[in-house]
Amino acid sequence: MRSQMLRKAAGSVAIASFVFAAILGAANQPIQMTGAGATFPAPIYQKWFNDYQSIGNVQINYQANGSGGGIKGVTEGTVDFGASDAILSKEQLEAFKSKNGGHGLLTFPTVLGAVVPSYNVPGITAELNFTGPVLADIFLGKIKKWNDPALVKVNAGVKLPDLDIVVAHRSDGSGTTFCFTDYLSKASAEWEKSVGRNASVSWPVGLGAKGNDGVAGLLKQQTGALGYIELIYAVKNHLPYGKVQNKSGEFMKADLKTVSAAAAAAKGPSADTQLSITDAVGKGVYPISTFTWLLVPDTFKDSQKAEAIKGFLKWAVTKGQEQAESLDYARLPIAVAQEVEKRISLIK
Amino acid sequence: MATSTSHIAETLHRRAKSGFFARLRGGDELSYLITLACTISILLIVGVIVFELWFNSRATFHAFGFGFLTSSAWDPNADKYGALPFIYGTCVTSFIAMLIAVPLGVAASIFLAEMAPPQLSNILTFLIELLAAVPSVIYGLIGIFVLVPAIRTYLVPPLKSAFGYLPIFEGTFYGLSFLSAGIVLSVMVVPFIISVSREVLMAVPREQREAALAVGATKWETTWDIVLPNASTGIFGSIFLALARALGETMAVTMVIGNTPKISASLLSPGYSIAAVIANEFAEANGDLYISSLIFMALVLFGLTIVINAVARIFIMTTQGKGG
Amino acid sequence: MMMEISASRRIVNSVMLTLSGVCTVFVVGVLFFILGYLLLHGVSSLNWDFFTKLPKPSGETGGGMANAIVGSGKILLLAALIGVPIGFLAGVYLAEYSGKTFAFTIRYVVDLLNGVPSIVIGIVAYALVVRPMRHFSALAGGVALGIMMIPIAVRTTEEFLRAIPNNIREGAMALGATKATTIYTVVIPAAISGLTSGMMLNLARVAGETAPLLFTALGNQYWSSGYLAPIATLPVMIYNYAIAPEDDLHQQAWAAGFVLLTLVLVINVTARLIIARGPAAQRR
Repeated sequence: MRSQMLRKAAGSVAIASFVFAAILGAANQPIQMTGAGATFPAPIYQKWFNDYQSIGNVQINYQANGSGGGIKGVTEGTVDFGASDAILSKEQLEAFKSKNGGHGLLTFPTVLGAVVPSYNVPGITAELNFTGPVLADIFLGKIKKWNDPALVKVNAGVKLPDLDIVVAHRSDGSGTTFCFTDYLSKASAEWEKSVGRNASVSWPVGLGAKGNDGVAGLLKQQTGALGYIELIYAVKNHLPYGKVQNKSGEFMKADLKTVSAAAAAAKGPSADTQLSITDAVGKGVYPISTFTWLLVPDTFKDSQKAEAIKGFLKWAVTKGQEQAESLDYARLPIAVAQEVEKRISLIK
Repeated sequence: MATSTSHIAETLHRRAKSGFFARLRGGDELSYLITLACTISILLIVGVIVFELWFNSRATFHAFGFGFLTSSAWDPNADKYGALPFIYGTCVTSFIAMLIAVPLGVAASIFLAEMAPPQLSNILTFLIELLAAVPSVIYGLIGIFVLVPAIRTYLVPPLKSAFGYLPIFEGTFYGLSFLSAGIVLSVMVVPFIISVSREVLMAVPREQREAALAVGATKWETTWDIVLPNASTGIFGSIFLALARALGETMAVTMVIGNTPKISASLLSPGYSIAAVIANEFAEANGDLYISSLIFMALVLFGLTIVINAVARIFIMTTQGKGG
Repeated sequence: MMMEISASRRIVNSVMLTLSGVCTVFVVGVLFFILGYLLLHGVSSLNWDFFTKLPKPSGETGGGMANAIVGSGKILLLAALIGVPIGFLAGVYLAEYSGKTFAFTIRYVVDLLNGVPSIVIGIVAYALVVRPMRHFSALAGGVALGIMMIPIAVRTTEEFLRAIPNNIREGAMALGATKATTIYTVVIPAAISGLTSGMMLNLARVAGETAPLLFTALGNQYWSSGYLAPIATLPVMIYNYAIAPEDDLHQQAWAAGFVLLTLVLVINVTARLIIARGPAAQRR
């Protein structure tokens, strides 16, 4: 008798909960997407995704695990899209095709940023000057002290201490590394030969840290450290960063103007291929600038997700650009932004 | 009482009609089958793990052979991989950890087993075993913010001034290093040594001690000359257990070792370990050779821990066989 | 024959024994130091926000770890659902049914599984769950941690069941109960306090695991619904915040560390006390 009642009660509870869940489910659930990749643009991406939630009814979970993680994630399909400031090689694009049934990977530039040489030298808060060859030699381990003659030469008037330089670099696959080594390869033939440019290289010297965050953290804690990080990481952590000499011989500090100049000076930046804008020729150019790209597959199984990402991209290259400047990322050149909008239609 | 006996009698009566299905209703066969199934699934899980590791590391094995283990090239750019820096780092940090943890742990276990009154011994052991429960990431947290600065300020300067000429203390100390990782690891494994050694020491028959004391040995002499040798196999077992634990430690190590794939004689330089490089680079390893290199190293690590655990087991089983 | 103990031997005796005492105090001191330090730095950042808010985008201060706390809970639940039944039932098999040689093999294999470094389990879970499913998920994280729970579940179950004296089993069987009935209605209830505390210790151990979650659960700034999406967990957040440069995040890492450690230690202490005072101990 009792068991019969119990069974009836259990049954009605089950039915009730099903109905309840169905009602809840039918309520307007935001679409959920996951992206992973570069730490370089992470601050602006996180701000964008946060703000876009209410506009596009989509919750985009972005995990900044480095450009390498973004490329791998989107290639293996474990995330919906990736983000990278590293320029993808032909092999990587082919690998995507072969692992995703022949579909292609599209790259969309979103903002421009700068990689700055940041340091922690006691007593020095001024902006030190660096040249390409000097930076290459430091990262090759040939220049070991802060008061090395090469550094003193470009920093007349600054009292550099007799302190060891502690090189800080990335331990993970990084687009920031790609941009920096790309620049070093252009500035120093020896660097290009012995180390080269890639998201992950065999560093001759230095300590490794994970993400732009990790390097910034290392810079804060380690006296005498010199590392390369994205501009906003130096700014928000109050780390001093130096000027870099561009091809015209000027020592430029990274900011919106100088980064935009780099984009403008680079040969006809196009939106459909990834372009390197380091060491650009021109006046007022900051030589270690780079685009950063969102890596989006051209075909989505889930049409809702395709629509969501298309909506986001459109918003990002139009309204979103205003917010970029508040975080010290330069806007896309107008021509590039327009091309991006056109290419969005390639996503299915 | 009466009800339950009559209930059992009823059950007995029903079961009198035996046969497979009757026994099945009684639950015996089902219980046997289900528990057996679970056991076999464990065997399957381990098999799958070993298979996955082996299968996914073949590419590296075909490309480099066993030379992979002796090469120190780690250049994802050029698709060249070598495991030596990581094997070196794993071994060095574990060695440092053992160097510190073994004397510390054995000494503490002697105190707890031989000296301390039972109540105190139990409480202290209880607390020490709690140390083993502290998660690795918390050791890493304390490592970065407390231990590394402390080592940098208090330990390294005297070490350098006294022993700076030795190659193992050469070079500038940047905080993140083999030494820091070794010290953090030592704290993490010392509870294992203490816990097992203490039990093994307490298991040495009382008569042995009493005999020694009767002929006039001091307490220390008794411990050192009689009890310790008796318990030595078990203590060795605990050391190997601790070593196995140290080899596989990931988070605490990666947070303080410096993440630099370099082989260096100096303990003050940054390094890398197998577990740390996998944690840092697996999430972005793109390219078959890269991934399989990391997995090959995981296989090596797995193999190493199997061997060391097996040795530990042999030691400990021998002790138990001695009639502890 | 009474020997005079020379002064030097006496000195050696006192010195060595004092040294060993010092070592012990040192080790115990480390525990208190860790606890104390976390308490000091963590408690000050513990506020209502920490437990209720989501993490803020980088650059903005504030925010909390509400999703990570819930996330850890969800994954642990799944891990327990996977690891405990398999481990427990296998332990029952070992204690009640199996023969000597097979038991030896199983125990060896279980020990093998226990020795697998947690990062390796993470790799396997990535290969078996994340890659085929094509997303990171709480499911993958739960599978990884569940596998890690199995060896200890097996060992604890076997140990506590074996500790039940045979005469209890014989008594039940003499009254006509089948083997299965004996096991499930007599032996297991007799060992229940040891079994539950063993499971608690097991859970506490995997609660702090970070490495296997790095490439299975990934992370999430928002609430994660269901088990098929990436999810934030406490240990991974601690790791990420600890290596970040912002002091604000460091504070949150300390707070999270304190919460995690307190949880783990409370479970440990409770479980061990249950064992220490339980029927198993009384029977000794």
